[in-house]
Amino acid sequence: MARKLLLENINVPGIHSFDVYRQNGGYRSVEKALKTMTPEAVVEEVKTSGLRGRGGAGFPTGMKWSFLAKPEGRERYLVCNADESEPGTFKDRYLMTHIPHLLIEGMIVASFALGAKTSYIYVRGEMMPQIRILERAIAEAKNAGFLGKNILGSGYDLELYVHPGGGAYICGEETALIESLEGKRGNPRIKPPFPAISGVWACPTVVNNVETIAAVVPIINDGGEGYAQVGIGRSTGTKLISASGNLNKPGVYEIELGLPVEEFIYSDEYCGGIANGKKLKAVVAGGSSVPILPANLILNTINGQPRLMSYESLADGGFQTGSMLGSGGFIAFDEDQCIVRNTWNFSRFYHHESCGQCSPCREGTGWMEKVLHRLEYGHGKMSDIDLLVDVSKKIEGNTICPLGDAAAWPVASAIRHFRDEFEWHVTHPKEALERNYGIANYANPLPKFEEVVGQN
Amino acid sequence: MLSVTEHKEIEFSSELVKQFDEIVTRYPQGKQKSALLPVLHLVQAEYGWVSPEAMDKVADYLQIKPIEVYEVATFYTMFFLRPQGKYVLEVCRTGPCCLVGAEKIMAHIEKTLGVKEGEITQDGMFSWRGVECLAACGMAPVLQIGPEYTFYENLTEESVDKLIETLRNKL
Ligand SMILES: Cc1cc2nc3c(=O)[nH]c(=O)nc-3n(C[C@H](O)[C@H](O)[C@H](O)COP(=O)(O)O)c2cc1C
Ligand code: SF4
Ligand code: FES
Repeated sequence: MARKLLLENINVPGIHSFDVYRQNGGYRSVEKALKTMTPEAVVEEVKTSGLRGRGGAGFPTGMKWSFLAKPEGRERYLVCNADESEPGTFKDRYLMTHIPHLLIEGMIVASFALGAKTSYIYVRGEMMPQIRILERAIAEAKNAGFLGKNILGSGYDLELYVHPGGGAYICGEETALIESLEGKRGNPRIKPPFPAISGVWACPTVVNNVETIAAVVPIINDGGEGYAQVGIGRSTGTKLISASGNLNKPGVYEIELGLPVEEFIYSDEYCGGIANGKKLKAVVAGGSSVPILPANLILNTINGQPRLMSYESLADGGFQTGSMLGSGGFIAFDEDQCIVRNTWNFSRFYHHESCGQCSPCREGTGWMEKVLHRLEYGHGKMSDIDLLVDVSKKIEGNTICPLGDAAAWPVASAIRHFRDEFEWHVTHPKEALERNYGIANYANPLPKFEEVVGQN
Repeated sequence: MLSVTEHKEIEFSSELVKQFDEIVTRYPQGKQKSALLPVLHLVQAEYGWVSPEAMDKVADYLQIKPIEVYEVATFYTMFFLRPQGKYVLEVCRTGPCCLVGAEKIMAHIEKTLGVKEGEITQDGMFSWRGVECLAACGMAPVLQIGPEYTFYENLTEESVDKLIETLRNKL
């Protein structure tokens, strides 16, 4: 069995309760940090660990923390991003449901490191059951002296609150989340200033993903060096992968970074292969926003190296032949799935979720949805395919926040790798409505790599 | 004021106001506007939707302008701006759920309830709509029902029938 740092005790009966969690070594990192370490030393450990943000962007957490401004006489805030809404991602829900105290414990240590006296967990509004679970866990921790005034006699005070969202994907973007926490519409802010200088209520603020905060616990317990020994290269530690789609065993898995993709998909320890004896057609490896890859390119890089579950390996080949680890939302498509339909579905999502501030995103996502709908339902023209590429290029890089890019990439990559399936929808409109294009071109037998690349 | 006609003042129960008061304490002095989303959730749980009258009252309570409440209530998809069925079935319609049959489930719900997306059944018991990814893609297809957002996973046509039957017979 692979090493687990977050979910080691997930199957211990009653682990969601304070007592059982504590009996299994819970809250040791709070004791260690508050009694034996300075806040700066905690930040140093996190830097040494090489931990990178687990919310999608992969920014080094220790560095982010060291950017936090510390003006005299101003409050600083830590806000946990539990807005989890990226299609394909459900690890944070899992963690909060089954082992909520891991997040609370991480929040205490991280807040201490940053000098925050009040911290918030921003949970997406639909996760009302998880909000209740967290509120209960906070009450238990407070009762045991791990929250509130003078925690463990250290002189450090911390209040922790849960804040519900209202159902808007864009509030996962950190400046939109801050606006939302202030009771406003979730319109992302123009940066700079960055939240580290001016965040919630114009105070210095750090926003971190649930899993990032949870990872602080093993980092403090085992030391940053210990954590850095797990994983591969600059992808240190473990990662929670949300596996969905046509798999035998979809679910949340904690993997050591560096695990071969093939092992993750096919071994019984993880997803157990493709459901119903079908073949793999494609994978979206890091949540809906990252480029889709055909089966051959997800299993191997363009140079024929086995593809690994790590930041670097998944990005190998750039956007021509690679993708991204993103949030770790691993979506598998079997041979019966229609790429055009899924691309239309995703573009509808981004159109629906665009906050509407920037014209390229607001208008472009709408156009892409409309054109893709037309193609999927057999009314498309050949020129529509290049029109989509053109629109996606005009959105990319021209917007206030990365939602624009996130909307453009899935469309551009689907056309890059599956262009003939789009063309087939134009040339065979009736058939396209009745049956799938098939995978003869994509997987098993694997296509020649030149064919895939040659289409660009 | 959103609707000029039929604008009735409403009064929040003291029980509800007590909950609002507690929520406001979570934010710094003078930042009570931050309580807006949690307060709107409580209002919707109480009345089943967020009416213009309720929004005005919330504005009063938080000492902010009514427009500040309207613009938020209309931005976030969880808030219903008109009355709904007693139970609103919200089915995830996003990619990963569709890979394993979410579209069939929605078609089945439409047929079983006999109403289109967004409409209310004659008896006022049900409405339904498709929503975007609910962060439960590994248990797909899924649906949720407010105000507690109870979750129903790995849906089949049979399990949906059973659920609707159970809700119908629940007083
Ligand atoms: C449109 C959009 C949606 C996002 N949604 C989430 C989310 O649901 N959860 C999350 O942790 N980060 C999300 N992010 C990333 C955050 O902006 C931010 O980078 C992250 O919370 C930082 O935490 P980390 O460094 O711990 O990953 C999103 C970003 C964008 C642009
Ligand atoms: S890119 Fe889209 S979501 Fe982001 S700020 Fe602009 S309009 Fe809003
Ligand atoms: S796509 Fe349905 S829960 Fe994520």
